[in-house]
Amino acid sequence: MRRIKEALPSVAVIAALIALWWATVLGTHSVIFPTPWAVVTGAWELLKDGTLARHIGASLMRVGIGFGLAVCVAVPLGLWMGWVSAAYRTLNPLFQMLRPISPIAWIPIAILWFGVGDASPIYLIFISSVFPMVVQTTVGVHTIEKRYLRAAENFGVSRHTLFKRVVIPAVLPQIVVGMRIGLGVAWLVVVAAEMIALRSGLGYMIMDSRNAGNRYDLVVAGMIIIGVIGLSLDGFMRLLEGFKWVRWRYAH
Amino acid sequence: MRTKIEVRDLKKSFASDKGPLPVVENVSLTVRDGEFVAIVGPSGCGKTTLLNMIAGFIAPDSGSVMIDGAPRARPNSRGILISQQGSVFPWLTVRENLTFGLNGHAPGDSIEIADRYVDIVGLRGFENSYPHELSGGMLKRTELARALAVKPEILYMDEPFSALDALMSLRMRNELLRILVRERHTVMLITHDVEEAIHLADRIVVLSSRPARIQATFEVPFPHPRRLSNSDAQELRVAILEELGIARDELGS
Repeated sequence: MRRIKEALPSVAVIAALIALWWATVLGTHSVIFPTPWAVVTGAWELLKDGTLARHIGASLMRVGIGFGLAVCVAVPLGLWMGWVSAAYRTLNPLFQMLRPISPIAWIPIAILWFGVGDASPIYLIFISSVFPMVVQTTVGVHTIEKRYLRAAENFGVSRHTLFKRVVIPAVLPQIVVGMRIGLGVAWLVVVAAEMIALRSGLGYMIMDSRNAGNRYDLVVAGMIIIGVIGLSLDGFMRLLEGFKWVRWRYAH
Repeated sequence: MRTKIEVRDLKKSFASDKGPLPVVENVSLTVRDGEFVAIVGPSGCGKTTLLNMIAGFIAPDSGSVMIDGAPRARPNSRGILISQQGSVFPWLTVRENLTFGLNGHAPGDSIEIADRYVDIVGLRGFENSYPHELSGGMLKRTELARALAVKPEILYMDEPFSALDALMSLRMRNELLRILVRERHTVMLITHDVEEAIHLADRIVVLSSRPARIQATFEVPFPHPRRLSNSDAQELRVAILEELGIARDELGS
């Protein structure tokens, strides 16, 4: 009951926006911009003939592979850079320089290197999500409280135990934060990447709907679906924060 | 009794904007095996630095620390440091925290040892709890149990109970004494609480304000259990406070 009450204002704002949108389209007699209802029927059409599922599947697959590869690279690399200060000094300036380059700027090079297949968007997702995760993991290692490392040293544990029972558990919450950021960026990038030269995916669907007969109902439907899926992906990552091996970080 | 810890001419300064800042100056001190030595001094005098040097976590600028007649090696489980903020790993359960230090044992054995020490500090039933589910006093007990479980020869305690409320601090002191009777550790305790020192220690070393030097040493000849309201104990307290620069008439007694 309280949750419903708390959700009420945001639901009201969304409802008001939809109403405003609807009224404006009707009032201006726009022939191109769709009403909310046109968006719903358009989306329904795509859902029925299976194209929507195909596009969503293609986008999610690219994100899954690109993001998965980025996690596999970023976590070990971040741990290494956090732990070995020579590695940090050597690699950090390079990463700090690469990090602000928009993934969009990589598109021409991605096409040059990987062609116009699935490999290009996967590469773009990888490049855009790997850096925030490396940075977060490194920060995680750097912010392990000294007293814990000192205690581990005091008990004279092996390097293996130190890593397994102190460093990794201590950094895990930061890794989860990094993954949340990384996945969010990955989802932004896949849609942008698919607008170029691909024949599937939600990004392609949006561009194609516009190019093939100004189907703005499908453009808007695609945008809303992207938003909803992005939100669910973030919700899924937030579930990770509830696991017992990171919960200590959020408990008081 | 034989000498356990021998500290000779320890010196340490830290770099500051105005050149080197001496923190510890020429501290020499001998601790017998099984002795409980408390070190009191004004806050910021360098007590913690001194203890960290003796425990091996900070290298002195000059001077030496001998344990059992041999130069002290890197920190190891023969001497465990218990600090004020505590270092119980928040991501491990109470039992996992205890078995952490027992990595030389077979897994079954270390759980058995861990549970025995959980029992000794009165935490039975909390073996699988995480630190964030425990109170401050229970955290201290966990830390103490983890330290004791590895059977250290020396306990280095840096204001271990000062973050607890007065009642819990008193309870933990009694607990510590009860355990020490069974296990005969050598203890070096840093504290700013003179009563705590009198309650626990065999000998009290008073440090000067920074840079820390040994200013006075008091034997505490009272048998346990000690009553701090006893007039001898009160006299000792006043004498120590006077060394710390608090005049008798400021005490209001």
